[in-house]
Amino acid sequence: MRQRVALYAAVAAGGFRRYATYGTATAAGVFTNTVFGFIVAFTYIALWEQRPGLGGYDQAQALTFVWVSQSLLAAGALIGGGFQEELQERVRTGDIAVDLYRPADLQVWWLAADLGRAAFQLLGRGLVPLAAGALVFRLALPSDPSRWLLFLVSVTLGLVVSFAVRYLLGLLAFWLLDGSGINLMATVVSVFFSGMLLPLTVFPGAFGEFVRVLPWAAMLQVPLDVLLGEHAGAGGAVRALGFQAGWVLVLLGVGRLLQSAATRKVVVQGG
Amino acid sequence: MADAVRERREFAGLEVPPARGRFREGLRGYGLIVAMWIRSTMTYRTSFVLSTLGNAAITLLDFVAIYIMFSHVDVLGGFTLPEVALLYGSCSAALGLADLLLGNTDRIGARIRDGSLDTMLVRPLPLLAQVAADRFALRRLGRIGQGLGVLGWALWTLDVEWTAVKVLLVPVMLLAGGSIFAAVMVGGAAFQFVAGDAAEVQNSFTYGGCTMLQYPPTVFATDLLRGVTFVVPLAFVNWLPALYVLGRPDPLGLPGWAAFLSPLVALAVFVPASLAWRAGVRSYRSTGS
Repeated sequence: MRQRVALYAAVAAGGFRRYATYGTATAAGVFTNTVFGFIVAFTYIALWEQRPGLGGYDQAQALTFVWVSQSLLAAGALIGGGFQEELQERVRTGDIAVDLYRPADLQVWWLAADLGRAAFQLLGRGLVPLAAGALVFRLALPSDPSRWLLFLVSVTLGLVVSFAVRYLLGLLAFWLLDGSGINLMATVVSVFFSGMLLPLTVFPGAFGEFVRVLPWAAMLQVPLDVLLGEHAGAGGAVRALGFQAGWVLVLLGVGRLLQSAATRKVVVQGG
Repeated sequence: MADAVRERREFAGLEVPPARGRFREGLRGYGLIVAMWIRSTMTYRTSFVLSTLGNAAITLLDFVAIYIMFSHVDVLGGFTLPEVALLYGSCSAALGLADLLLGNTDRIGARIRDGSLDTMLVRPLPLLAQVAADRFALRRLGRIGQGLGVLGWALWTLDVEWTAVKVLLVPVMLLAGGSIFAAVMVGGAAFQFVAGDAAEVQNSFTYGGCTMLQYPPTVFATDLLRGVTFVVPLAFVNWLPALYVLGRPDPLGLPGWAAFLSPLVALAVFVPASLAWRAGVRSYRSTGS
């Protein structure tokens, strides 16, 4: 057991280091997140000036939503850039046979690597855009450390939900062989349904209620609401984190089923 | 570097076309590479149709978000939904056009890193033509179609007093706007010679620029407007012509005739972009891999 933990910790550290080597790409990403943050922030100001309290947020909260979501974008791999392309490529080329031969679980292996990547992105691409936003706009960042702690737990759960969805997409390569079409669709769906384009609380009526129970809500909307204090009190926190944990269990479970179906499909060609 | 290649080719007895011929040669080469990619795309016709429709559906979700905003307000920054649709459709179609013709220039950072740019440099074709035609993706017609669709709806719905000049300004806006984005893409690709894999910087000016241009200029801070008017002149892609069509003043107080400058601005931004490109190619050192 202890060996297992050490192994996956090493895999996670490898994921962290691997992304830490792309210095220019990280700087370019920080620049992009900051530019987009400014553009979206101004449109939100226009919107919230006309409709104060829209979606249950005041203007400072709406602006916090913008900047924190820019900071979480890369870590949650909401516009791709995670591991699933690599997994699909390994399936296509047959390298996946080597992975299956390893004395480690395929799903946990990739989860560890992806969390390592996410941890780097959270630091490397998260802090600077948020600081830039906080310098220019009045944000509603909480001063209570326990709220930040809760936020970090919620972000972690959100990252695992994001992983679990992308793992399913990655495994689809066993059947589809080419994942580019599905990846494109997945990116769009995740940007729209996570609240990246517009907070999900702004989506109207029954459609709004529907999008708020989908797994993408657990990736961005829920962590942000936790940070903004929308899930106040112990009951609220339990409900928010419970919602995320529920999707973690369901999606990782489906991932395991799909994984065993997929690995039964593998035929290793000799030579 | 380009000169070195030229010398090498002359040395090898290969025919080196004169300058003007080289431009034509570049276009021809671009056409040939594009035709090759189209043929390869058309091998899987259903897949092409699906990915083109997917491409259109994807960009449409941006507009759905704007539509949801307008379910809560009547005007945003003083602009109505059809007016915002005019901005959205024109910038989306212009960016789609540039993206179709040379969107894959942002792959140059990856090509520098893996060394495959060297292969391109020894081919008897201008590098830019090869980089621009690289993996030409016809499915990007989807974004153009979606942009034109929203633009068509806007023009149909808007209450504009049409004059011949305004009618003419719409296609000019799309072509000049596409050219401005194209120049930004070439400049961004040149930047990658210096910065390495920095495709995202390019994206923040193209995709980020288009995100900005789909909203009314009145939404943004004046300094930001100055930046996208006088530094990276994205305001000429669609804001200034569209404001003229809508009969609205420019928030920076530019005179009405500024709306007609887009084609000139497009030409003007190609000069620094192509100089940067030449400097980039000349400074290129292979990774050796």
